[in-house]
Amino acid sequence: MESQLLNIFIKSAFIENLALAYFLGMCSYLAVSKTVKTAFGLGLAVIFVLGITMPINWIISNYLLAETGVFGIDLTFLRLILFIAVIASMVQLVEMVVEKFSPSLYNSLGIFLPLITVNCAILGGSLFMVSKEYNFSESIAFGLGGGFGWFLAIIAIAAIREKIQYSAVPGPLRGLGMAFLLTGLMGMAFMSLMGIDPAAF
Amino acid sequence: MSEITKVAEKEPTFAFGKKERKLLTDPLNDNNPITVQVLGICSALAVTTKVDASFVMAIAVVFVCAFSNLIISLLRNSIPKSVRMIVQLVAIATLVTIVELVLKAANYTVFTELSVFIGLIITNCIVMGRLEAFAMANGPWKSFLDGIGNGIGYGIILIAVAAIRELFGKGTFYNIQILGDWYTPNGLMVLFPSAMFVIGILIWIHRSWNRDLIDVS
Repeated sequence: MESQLLNIFIKSAFIENLALAYFLGMCSYLAVSKTVKTAFGLGLAVIFVLGITMPINWIISNYLLAETGVFGIDLTFLRLILFIAVIASMVQLVEMVVEKFSPSLYNSLGIFLPLITVNCAILGGSLFMVSKEYNFSESIAFGLGGGFGWFLAIIAIAAIREKIQYSAVPGPLRGLGMAFLLTGLMGMAFMSLMGIDPAAF
Repeated sequence: MSEITKVAEKEPTFAFGKKERKLLTDPLNDNNPITVQVLGICSALAVTTKVDASFVMAIAVVFVCAFSNLIISLLRNSIPKSVRMIVQLVAIATLVTIVELVLKAANYTVFTELSVFIGLIITNCIVMGRLEAFAMANGPWKSFLDGIGNGIGYGIILIAVAAIRELFGKGTFYNIQILGDWYTPNGLMVLFPSAMFVIGILIWIHRSWNRDLIDVS
């Protein structure tokens, strides 16, 4: 059982990396990756929110929306609205809790916390979780693993972008254009992990 | 376009002057959502393997963007600031659910191809970004035009990327064979990383042509 959860964690963090294999959450990934420090804060916040919303959305989709759930009717057409409401309220809640208990962390995260609401990696993760039919503990492992993978990816691109400022990049390609090309190369590198079967370890 | 001008003739509140035209054309070049504002990248990468799928996606985004801008702009004076994100998201999510159900009924094959990405229009930062940046501060008619303009600006890039990827990845355009048997399809063009390269190169071309956009930092 535990090894299976570990498999899902490794699979969602490396092999099916949300950022570099599915290219989810690209907007904040490209916009916030100018320095490693801010990328680190955003990455941590994403791990946290993914880890919390995934089990909550699992409960909602299995006990409220499914035909076997509380209401006894198929309510899956409400899925998007409920998922996004959960994510928005969770982000708001996380923001309040962090502000209350750790003002220093709150200040260092700044505006990145509310930005997570529109990070498609969060909603995409929840929708993948539904389509893959994970059970409750598997959905937690999937959420944490997905968040960790996204965290690694944004730190990596931020580190590269910090270094590339010292290179002579052609003017029109500077900044955004180069970030796109770099992400493409990193995605190709991550594709080579796709054949790995974590169950083999 | 003809519909818009027809409305404009009847009603003076729906004026269609130079300012309004700028709202429509600005997102096509100087303020393009994808290559300048960096909004809505995720879906641009994922759905652009085929032209027909990206065409449907572009129409869906134009629809959602225009009408969510309109709704939020009408409500903008009565939304409390503390819950504005949730209100915006509910408006977007409702429109996206409509699109999803209509597409499911109208064209099931494209629906299965786009799968989660129709749902992800909700978190498409173009929609939310335009709500925050424009609809919360402007009247309904202008916001509606801004939504259409940004949706089209997004759609143009989407279809351009899809055309390049489908042509070189499969040798087809809109499912019609263009390149003959001599062409060996390039498998890389169908995969995600190539979308990154294609958009990166499009940004390069766009910025060398419109040099005001070059990053100075």
